[in-house]
Amino acid sequence: MQYIDNIIFFIALIAGFGFFFKSLKEIYRNIQLGKKIDRTDNPSVRWKTMAKVALGQSKMGKRPIAGFLHVIVYVGFVIINIELIEIIVDGIFGTHRFLAGIFGDTLYGVFTATLEILALLVIIAVVLFFIRRNFYGVKRLTMKELFGWPKQDANWILLIEFALMTAFFTMNSADWVLQQRGVLAEHGNFPVSSGLIAPLFGNFGDSTLVFLERGAWWFHFVGILFFMNYLYYSKHLHIILAFPNTWFANLQPKGKFNNLDSVTKEIKLMMDPNADPYAAAPEADPNAVPDKFGANDIFDLNQVQLLNAYSCTECGRCTSVCPANITGKKLSPRKIMMDTRDRIEEVAKNINKNGKFVDDGKKLLDDHIQREELWACTTCNACVEACPVLIDPLSIIFEMRRFLVMEQSSAPSELNVMMTNVENNAAPWAYNQADRLNWAKEN
Amino acid sequence: MDFTIKTMAEYAAEGKAPEVLFFVGCAGSFDDRAKKITKAFCKILHKVGVEFAVLGQEESCNGDPAKRAGNEFIFQMMALTNIEIMNAYEVKKIVTSCPHCFNIIKNEYPSLGGNYEVLHHTQFLRKLMEDGRLKIEGGSFKGKKITFHDPCYLGRANGEYEAPRMLLEKLDAELVEMKRCKSNGLCCGAGGAQMFKEPEKGDKDINVERTEEALSETPNIIATGCPFCNTMMTDGVKHFNKNDEVAVKDIVELLAEAEDL
Repeated sequence: MQYIDNIIFFIALIAGFGFFFKSLKEIYRNIQLGKKIDRTDNPSVRWKTMAKVALGQSKMGKRPIAGFLHVIVYVGFVIINIELIEIIVDGIFGTHRFLAGIFGDTLYGVFTATLEILALLVIIAVVLFFIRRNFYGVKRLTMKELFGWPKQDANWILLIEFALMTAFFTMNSADWVLQQRGVLAEHGNFPVSSGLIAPLFGNFGDSTLVFLERGAWWFHFVGILFFMNYLYYSKHLHIILAFPNTWFANLQPKGKFNNLDSVTKEIKLMMDPNADPYAAAPEADPNAVPDKFGANDIFDLNQVQLLNAYSCTECGRCTSVCPANITGKKLSPRKIMMDTRDRIEEVAKNINKNGKFVDDGKKLLDDHIQREELWACTTCNACVEACPVLIDPLSIIFEMRRFLVMEQSSAPSELNVMMTNVENNAAPWAYNQADRLNWAKEN
Repeated sequence: MDFTIKTMAEYAAEGKAPEVLFFVGCAGSFDDRAKKITKAFCKILHKVGVEFAVLGQEESCNGDPAKRAGNEFIFQMMALTNIEIMNAYEVKKIVTSCPHCFNIIKNEYPSLGGNYEVLHHTQFLRKLMEDGRLKIEGGSFKGKKITFHDPCYLGRANGEYEAPRMLLEKLDAELVEMKRCKSNGLCCGAGGAQMFKEPEKGDKDINVERTEEALSETPNIIATGCPFCNTMMTDGVKHFNKNDEVAVKDIVELLAEAEDL
């Protein structure tokens, strides 16, 4: 019976990671629903971009307060997770503070002290974030698209992080008191726990302290597994996906939009004076699905755009710089990304239920994203510039406009006038092309 | 104009090629306000002695408004027409005074077979200045306050923030930056084919928001580098009844003024 702890631990560990990888697999499957796109050119630039933007947090500093707090939580999170290695080894083999034996006492002291200080900073940052998000009235954090789950999600995350850090301190404090009493061997250095929290534990009996230490240890471990599996349902998926998302980011100038090759073929044929207008059309592949122009659902978007949707943290930096949104129009680039992810999830549930996607009569366009939002965009790229993880909401807006214009001919009437003018007069206004050089003769 | 603007066709007839093709664009050809920018640029090129040509009647819309609206067909029709003509003239180098022409010819024409060195007029003028061909005496702007509005399709879209500023610095004026400038610049509201339609319903128009920000710096001049920004900012200034106090001018117009052209 003495191994029961280890066995329960092992089962929890396998289950936790198992579910986690199942979720990742599902996300991967869902991203595959999009169209293929080759974003593997210039790998060295891509690695550099990822190191700078995702690992180095280079775009977070643009908003110094949020950026600074974020870096603390991020660094804390990454480093404190080294602790996870120790927890796993201790849990499986029933050792206590396994790393102490590896590091030696001095280094282990530095290690545990660093963790304690980071954990304290994380707690402070998390509390400040909670106040800022809920009571401070930052506009991008109080907009109506965040009502409901997105707002709860953010608070849950802060709460979980707070709870994990509290458990960490409870564990260390109880451990430290027990070490002082000689119950446990002395390992580590705990500047925060010994100074701030341990005095509160002074009157507790040994068995209470052992219970506290073990309880907090288990809570910390199970909490991490829970947190990991919670990610799938949360905007906090970005802590993982920010990395591939920045790697697959667009390396071209932001102003460069893609050209549709299928159209090029048509137009070249149209402009070719030697083309025979009566020639029979080449034998078409009867199984070929005709190319659709643009996108009205997630299946028409490319895989990077779907990855973008999963990577979105809903921070709203894009929306807060969007000229349309600033002036009260319905467009919010953040909502475009949230809608896209919602639609992916909707399709994913459909696939899980039916084995494959069965038409549900819904689309990303109209059922999630409204036309009014799409037509308000000035294509200024401010949202793309602002995103801390290099998401491109503009590319989705643009593909959906293509669908509206080329598949449905449903552009606003003034734009139809403009397009007719371009087609007939080679200018957006109804001037004669022959008058194009008149300015040269004027004074 | 007190000198002749030559076309590519005329150069070709002489069996010569100009140093650069000036792609004038629709606004620059037809819009009364933008025509002044076109002329100012030509005057400077003429004074410096740059041999340049335009396409004239052979020029078509670059296709940007159709493309940004979502109409790939019309865009490619325009693009392939322009490319065919420019390739026939063996054009190597193009300068534009409109960031939309600049962006689309530079970035979207190559995959359709149009490969050229493309420069925005501020980049071209900076080069002329660095080569010592263009000299600017900015005395007449001393004591004036200028703020520059970054065009999205020059700035964020292509990363060019310095060329326009370097030219403005030569004017000896006081250059003030708006809160939102360079990569954080706010759109004038005309891009993405918005120029050709009424804006969606909102609290205010984008150009009003942007002009308000520019006016809060109390400039004498709002400098622009795009004919569409120019229109939007001019309308904005009129909205605030400040058109007697604040001028909206393209950088190239300011340079021509400094040179008394």
